[in-house]
Amino acid sequence: MALGFALIFALGGVAVAIAAFTYARSAARQSFDRLLLGAASQIATSVSLQHDGVSVDLPVSAFELLALAPEDRVIYAVYGAEGNLITGYRQLRPPVDGRQFFSGTFAGEPIRVVRLERPLTEPGYIGNVQVLVGQTLQARTELATQITRDALIVVALVAAVMAALAVLAVRSALAPINRIETAFSRRTAQDLTPIDVAVPQEVSNLVDTLNRFMSRLNRQVEVMQNLIADASHQLRTPIAALRAQAELAADERDPEALRRIAARIRARSVNLGNLTDQLLNHALIIHRADAVPLERLDLRVVAIAAVEEIDHSIFGTRAQPGLDLPEDPVHCDGDRLSLVEAIKNLAGNALRHGVEPVVISVSSQAGRARIGVRDAGSGIPEEIWSEAGTRYARSSGVSAEKAGLGLAIVNAVAVAHRGVLEFRHAKPSGFEAAIVLPLTGRGSR
Amino acid sequence: MIGRALAGMVLALCLTGGATAQPVIEASESFGDPQAAAVMLVRATTDIDLFDEVLDGFVTANPDIRIDYEQWGSNDLFKQSQQDCLSGRFSADMVISSAVDQQVKLVNDGCARPYRSAQTASLPDEFQWRSELFGITREPAVMVYNRELVPEAEAPRTRFDLVDLLRPEDSRFAGMVATYDIEESGLGYLFAFVDAQQATSFGSLAEAFAQSGAVSTCCSTEIIDGVASGRYLLAYNVLGSYALAQAERSPNLAIVVPQDYALILSRGALIPRRARNPAAAGRFLDYLLSPAGRAIMARSHLYVDVTDGDASGLDVPAANDSILRPIPLSPVLLVGLDKEKRAHFLSFWRDTFAGATSSD
Repeated sequence: MALGFALIFALGGVAVAIAAFTYARSAARQSFDRLLLGAASQIATSVSLQHDGVSVDLPVSAFELLALAPEDRVIYAVYGAEGNLITGYRQLRPPVDGRQFFSGTFAGEPIRVVRLERPLTEPGYIGNVQVLVGQTLQARTELATQITRDALIVVALVAAVMAALAVLAVRSALAPINRIETAFSRRTAQDLTPIDVAVPQEVSNLVDTLNRFMSRLNRQVEVMQNLIADASHQLRTPIAALRAQAELAADERDPEALRRIAARIRARSVNLGNLTDQLLNHALIIHRADAVPLERLDLRVVAIAAVEEIDHSIFGTRAQPGLDLPEDPVHCDGDRLSLVEAIKNLAGNALRHGVEPVVISVSSQAGRARIGVRDAGSGIPEEIWSEAGTRYARSSGVSAEKAGLGLAIVNAVAVAHRGVLEFRHAKPSGFEAAIVLPLTGRGSR
Repeated sequence: MIGRALAGMVLALCLTGGATAQPVIEASESFGDPQAAAVMLVRATTDIDLFDEVLDGFVTANPDIRIDYEQWGSNDLFKQSQQDCLSGRFSADMVISSAVDQQVKLVNDGCARPYRSAQTASLPDEFQWRSELFGITREPAVMVYNRELVPEAEAPRTRFDLVDLLRPEDSRFAGMVATYDIEESGLGYLFAFVDAQQATSFGSLAEAFAQSGAVSTCCSTEIIDGVASGRYLLAYNVLGSYALAQAERSPNLAIVVPQDYALILSRGALIPRRARNPAAAGRFLDYLLSPAGRAIMARSHLYVDVTDGDASGLDVPAANDSILRPIPLSPVLLVGLDKEKRAHFLSFWRDTFAGATSSD
């Protein structure tokens, strides 16, 4: 950063130096050109017509004016209307192009010359008298140098003050960052709560972002903790049952009884597999809800994908779910994979526990999009609807073999999409579980 | 004392202007060891008699340098220097002239080379220009009267006093006051020209000169001798150095520094662009500006402390710095040299003095 500052100041300094020199040169030129012009006009005023021709009574004051450039040599000439030299230096000739100010040399030194014309109208003489006054450039150069030097001294002082102020400003601007750093360094590894540090407006965005990031991290840690809790909670019982059956089988001599035990073990293993799938799905989906950006999608596509992906081997010969789709697309922002998984879950529940026909329906109404699974059964008892979406719904009899964990997943997906999981009785009879999401306007995004 | 050979001397007490013929070297002399390693040529308007002491002093202090000194008339010296400058010839290693306007013109036309040293840096601005022209002497323009013929009480102290003396129709000063003929004398012209810039008194003074039939004549020596001999009662604008030198021989000469203002002439020294030995010239210049050089010039009345009457032998009852008007070495002096301006000024002078011609 110091290098950056130095570079900025160096470049600025060079620019200012060039500007100062340019300005100084033009200022010096202007002031000394005025001097020349003043002297020339005084000389022009002294031109008069005498009986023997045009005459110049050179005024001392004109030369006193020129002597304000004390070390500069002077050259002058006065020409009559016919171009005849009246007085002065013969080598100083008027310019061909009639410019007022021009440059030349006088005894090897550069000079600047002013040309002034004075119309002389007297009886017997009409014409312009030309007065030329020139001076060497020493005083101009000195003035320009002096102005430049003075300007640069001022600029250097200002730059020094600005550099000091800049250091102060940067330090005070970075002070909140230091406070944030201190706040973080004092934290324990497990503390992922939002930080609360007084910061100015400019840094508050950073703090907000940090806090959002930490809350996401916090949720993911919670997902992992929940997964572990769920896994231990949900898997312990079936595994214990499996072990009991296996121990039973070890002592059993009757082949018929053994076969029955093996069939039970197989059935419990299938259940255990389903449960594990669901647990992992749940974790995956909650992870995705935080990690994957939502995209615009058509809920009809979600419905069709869910129907296609339902694993028929699990449900044996049962009929495929039906589809009830509107003609127009129903757009909303979502994660396709999570939604398909959630609908598969609901359809699976319906196929497993409900009464056919099972229908996946999509509709939109009043700014809300709805995708749901309907069957002809009685569904979940109305009194446990409110807690059906939470994970530990066992107490109310919803076991892993039934709807339990599946509904928790669906609920998580709905919440991650800023929506809700809704239950209702279908007309004229039956039960519908649906995810209701905010509808994305046609053509928006 | 190192050998000093009087090489030749052309007596020209009165240097008349014009110089239409060959430039004339009025006198020349060598100072220092003839075998010295370095030789420098000095051309000056100063009389050898007034300048030999300081030249001796320099070659004594600098035995490696020999000075060939040539005494010239001011107009001849100016013309010769100008010609040498234009044609790119060597003219001299140093040119010293009391006609400082001509010296300023030489510098202005690029005929001099700069020289800088501790000594030149200590010179006040009005006594140097462009580090090329240096004022080496301090010589006041004075009034001189014959104390046997004019009582001290009657003697003028200012230009106004002088005008009052001349104004009465029956003034005994009528026809008995001398001043330079400014057409003939370059120094007289310079003094009159600077007088004209200094004060409004110049007009009434010129008028009083004309009315009283003042005599305009040539040359310091003649004027001062005229006052000493009683031919004139009083002389105006005489170079103080000559008057003081003459007063040593003629005790009846009284010298007055005008109390309204005193013009101070500082002879200008320059080193020509094509000097062969500018280093030696620089050393000589430093010597002239040094306390040692000034002390010698003070003895020759070339460096006069106007404010110290006892030391200078001048009549300066209430002199102070504020009345001193050094003739500044500046381009303003170019105005007087302008041929049109000179014609104007001379015609004014001639008109004023119409009828009152030189007694010679």
